[in-house]
Amino acid sequence: MASEARPSIVEVREDGLPRFARSDGIFMMSCSMSRLRLKLNRADFALDVDLELPGQGITVLFGVSGSGKTSLLRCVAGLERTPGALVSIAGETWQDDDAGVYLPTWQRPLGYVFQEASLFDHLTVRGNLQFGLKRSKGADRSALTAAIDLLGIAALLERKTNQLSGGERQRVAIARALATQPRLLLLDEPLAALDHARRQDILPWLERLRDELKIPMLYVTHSSDEVARLADTLVVLDAGRVKACGPVADVLAGLDMPVVLGEDAGALLSARIEESDERWQLVRLAFNGGSLWVRDTDLPLGRQVRVRVLARDVSITLDKPGQTSIQNLLPCTVQAIGPDIHPSQNLVRLQCGQSILLARVTARAVYELQLTPGKQVWAQVKSVALVE
Amino acid sequence: MNWLPLPEFDRHALSAIWLTLELASLTTVLLLLIATPMAWWLARSKSWWRGPIAAVVALPLVLPPTVLGFYLLVALGPNGPIGQFTQAMGWGTLSFTFAGLLLGSIIYSMPFAVQPILHAFEAIGERPMEVAATLRARPIDAFFTVALPLAKPGFITAAILSFAHTIGEFGVVLMIGGNIPDKTRVVSTQIYGHVEAMEYTQAHWLAGGMLVFAFAVLLGLSLMNRKNTQVMT
Repeated sequence: MASEARPSIVEVREDGLPRFARSDGIFMMSCSMSRLRLKLNRADFALDVDLELPGQGITVLFGVSGSGKTSLLRCVAGLERTPGALVSIAGETWQDDDAGVYLPTWQRPLGYVFQEASLFDHLTVRGNLQFGLKRSKGADRSALTAAIDLLGIAALLERKTNQLSGGERQRVAIARALATQPRLLLLDEPLAALDHARRQDILPWLERLRDELKIPMLYVTHSSDEVARLADTLVVLDAGRVKACGPVADVLAGLDMPVVLGEDAGALLSARIEESDERWQLVRLAFNGGSLWVRDTDLPLGRQVRVRVLARDVSITLDKPGQTSIQNLLPCTVQAIGPDIHPSQNLVRLQCGQSILLARVTARAVYELQLTPGKQVWAQVKSVALVE
Repeated sequence: MNWLPLPEFDRHALSAIWLTLELASLTTVLLLLIATPMAWWLARSKSWWRGPIAAVVALPLVLPPTVLGFYLLVALGPNGPIGQFTQAMGWGTLSFTFAGLLLGSIIYSMPFAVQPILHAFEAIGERPMEVAATLRARPIDAFFTVALPLAKPGFITAAILSFAHTIGEFGVVLMIGGNIPDKTRVVSTQIYGHVEAMEYTQAHWLAGGMLVFAFAVLLGLSLMNRKNTQVMT
């Protein structure tokens, strides 16, 4: 690979997680785990978590408003102080009340992106970016240049903060946080304050961030869309408790997800674009359970993509259907059946090769088809969303 | 000075005007230095003391100046707490001196300095300081490089108001200062003296001058405030 050409998507390891290929050594990578143990009491919830997280990739803290995810993030940053906590990031202890260790926020090598950008209005964009740089020992200008490059804000440097759009403000905020060469990047619902169009604008930049940086990120959101696009590890919070924690595909395929993901419950698959059908403008995605045909969006062959298959788009038949308009038919085995958000519905967990699919069917259908664990069925996938 | 119509009046007037300006400037500078940490504490404190202290700071807004002047006179006198302190330091008593006027002015104009700065700090909120901390700034560093610049409009307002308010002092100055020419006779007490002596022409000149000055100050303040409205985005 030429040194100037940065790869826009990277190879996939065996476990399905993308491997970060940016190797000019500007951003550090750490492989050790992070440990968070916190108890915090607030008016509407009592936060009580004990988590072990991987030291790389994006860990998404997912939950509805009021589930404690922002408080958790602020505690990790030291913006809120709670007694008896343990915050250890990639082997470095930032807070350990049992051992009497506490680093104030300004001593923690982190970057924080707030929900409302929160740029300094008395400084230009350049001034904002240099604020942290000036105060980081050992950080050099190349980190700043790389961040500006990564987020495409070179044209905005001399502007005042009130001359920026919402999306531009967020990108500047992210670059500002990266300029200090943090060992952990914390993002608190960075897209929540943006409208749909701006969000679609900035998501590719965040994906690029995920793909090209080697620093771990802790990303708070209540959008299942962002979870599907960005998460490597998913932590689901509900009323201050951790409901699930693990690799995103596993957590999403869990049967107890409807409580939190609701209508958007579904599987996240890792697939490769194998073949294109020019006549019908379709491409075939191969995953470790079969193939799916989706519409052609001009992505190159051989590319690794994430694919979302929502439970509401999957139906089940006992025999392979003959003449049907649905193009994607996959042989599966019923693994488990669980309740859904409404008592008339059930969520069926299907084993499809080495992947898991979720299907939302009525309880009556489960009864009539006599669906039980171990039964061989066919999954009809009506619609597949390419997460890109 | 010979081309001015009333040389006698003029010398007294100039002395009073100079004293007034001196008093107002010194008060403003010292008040900004005192009010800033006070306003910062009031803006950010969650302690129980915040309410009572904010009320004490705001007292001069409500009390008649003569009340303030009276208590200060007593305190500065030989038997009062401040008077005993100054006597112990070998400075004599501050009543009827410029230094006493300065002390009185600082207390009298305190809310006019503290409140604009306090409101500016409150409008800024916690977020900019949190952002600064995540960008490796120590609290003191963040105060000087983030909070102060963002609160600039508040400081300008505080300075202008303190200055103008001190210029307009009468009751406190009269009580503490005793209206001694060249020492504690400021413009406001000078006008009072002229009226008492029925020298209405001189009173007109000084009073008219004060009116023009006050108007110019307020006009300037409103023009400046229109230019400087910075909010956190």
